[in-house]
Amino acid sequence: MLQSSGGSLWNSLTAAGHLSDRFLWGADASVTLGDLVSGSSLGGRLEELRGRSILVATRNQLPAALALIELDGIARRLVLCPPDLPLEHVPVVIATAAVDAVVSDRAAPDAAAPRVGAFVTCSPTIAPAAAERTGRHQTEWILLTSGTTGPPKMVVHTLSSLAGAIKGGMTLAGPAIWGTFYDIRRYGGLQIFLRALLGGASMVLSSAEESTGDFLNRAGAHGVTHISGTPSHWRRTLMSPAAQRIAPQYVRLSGEIADQAILDHLKASYPQARIAHAFASTEAGVAFAVGDGLAGFPASLIGQQGADVEMKVEDGSLRIRSTRTAVRYLGDHGETLAGSDGFVDTGDMVELRADRYYFAGRRGGIINVGGLKVHPEEVEAVINCHPKVRMSLVRTRKNPITGALVVADVVLKTDLDSADGRGVELEREILQVCREALPRHKVPAAISFVPALAVAETGKVVRHNA
Amino acid sequence: MSVRSTIVSEFERVAKDQKKTLALLSDDLVLLDSGLDSLCFAIIVARLEDTLGVDPFSAGEDAGFPMTLGDFIRFYEDAAK
Repeated sequence: MLQSSGGSLWNSLTAAGHLSDRFLWGADASVTLGDLVSGSSLGGRLEELRGRSILVATRNQLPAALALIELDGIARRLVLCPPDLPLEHVPVVIATAAVDAVVSDRAAPDAAAPRVGAFVTCSPTIAPAAAERTGRHQTEWILLTSGTTGPPKMVVHTLSSLAGAIKGGMTLAGPAIWGTFYDIRRYGGLQIFLRALLGGASMVLSSAEESTGDFLNRAGAHGVTHISGTPSHWRRTLMSPAAQRIAPQYVRLSGEIADQAILDHLKASYPQARIAHAFASTEAGVAFAVGDGLAGFPASLIGQQGADVEMKVEDGSLRIRSTRTAVRYLGDHGETLAGSDGFVDTGDMVELRADRYYFAGRRGGIINVGGLKVHPEEVEAVINCHPKVRMSLVRTRKNPITGALVVADVVLKTDLDSADGRGVELEREILQVCREALPRHKVPAAISFVPALAVAETGKVVRHNA
Repeated sequence: MSVRSTIVSEFERVAKDQKKTLALLSDDLVLLDSGLDSLCFAIIVARLEDTLGVDPFSAGEDAGFPMTLGDFIRFYEDAAK
């Protein structure tokens, strides 16, 4: 799509000004935005990328950050490759997004990767270049989310849908310095990255290779003022002796349910900070942030007419309509992003108690272990492979460290062997099968042997939320 | 079994199950340096809730989060009182 006005990310950045005073700090390198005025991270090959569908597949976050800044408005599409995308899904992503260029921080393409039109190396060492930054495209930003099984869903945003929740006019004594535990190639991290860029701030990027303590030390050394992460990130932070190396003015939680305990602990640890928990998803965009220090959100947010973000609860789940929702899915998933009324179903179940809504887990029993989704059916299929198992039900168990853990109720074909009283040996065997077939966070933390499972009239095992 | 020995044996068991190399356990060991990650701690806390009947992390009282193994043991000893 061609752009109607000059609203590229670079244009917005230059409008905010003070480019030479604004830093992006990676774990091993840093740049100022001013470096990009007469230089480029793309080795003088920006023109080659004009109009292309580009897969941004870097190991480190800083090169990805620079590529996004340089390529919005230039590229037709920017496909943000998350750090843990399984190699087997790369060909599908490339085909679905019609990728014809790859930007990477490697010197040469991976021998195992599919061949695409152009391969451009992106480096945090900015080389002088007369970059022509006039953007003509309204670039599509493609974010990947984990699907039920198989390849990721590809969610289409634009800079304006991504930036819809970002308001100017932060009132601060000095310049803001943002930090986040998230990776900027996922929705939550990208929000923070754009907040920093469009709000005239600097930013400390995290690194997968760095410990929590090292990141906190680095964020503290750069004087981070605004910092965001999941409740699990924050619980880990509060267990770190480096927790007091930061003295933020603003602490943000999102991506998982923020319970009262973590909000209280953060308030005690950072008494000077405003603490807000936000609700957002890749598909639904940023819906709201709650700053009253209480878990859940006020019921008055639901059903407001004419608000920037309209919310309703239908069949128990939260639904959102706003200009911040994604545009559509890329590729044919047989699934539409929004209903005919324009509302996106978040799949997050909510319960009304007094005048407040509380999150009650995901529809379909999807379990969120420290930000990683687990589909119960996938784990049940593995457990059911054990010859002694008749059926199983995988469900969530609340946990104060990761928000939730996976546990399983198992019905056996015959009674437990009397030699194995409580089934310790059989539990060990079943867990071994799970460990061989599943990533760690999907392996049940405990197995209970039960005589039967409740089955509904539909013939399906009854699942309860959270 | 005492709270201390229950905790120590859970650390050892979870490290083994999760194929993590556990640091030498001493009271001043910083938990994040123990070789265990968040998932390991989550499992330990769930298992301790089953064996000791308390989950001080969810209690949301004024006590801050434990940073060392010694803090962690006191956290549970205080909650179990």
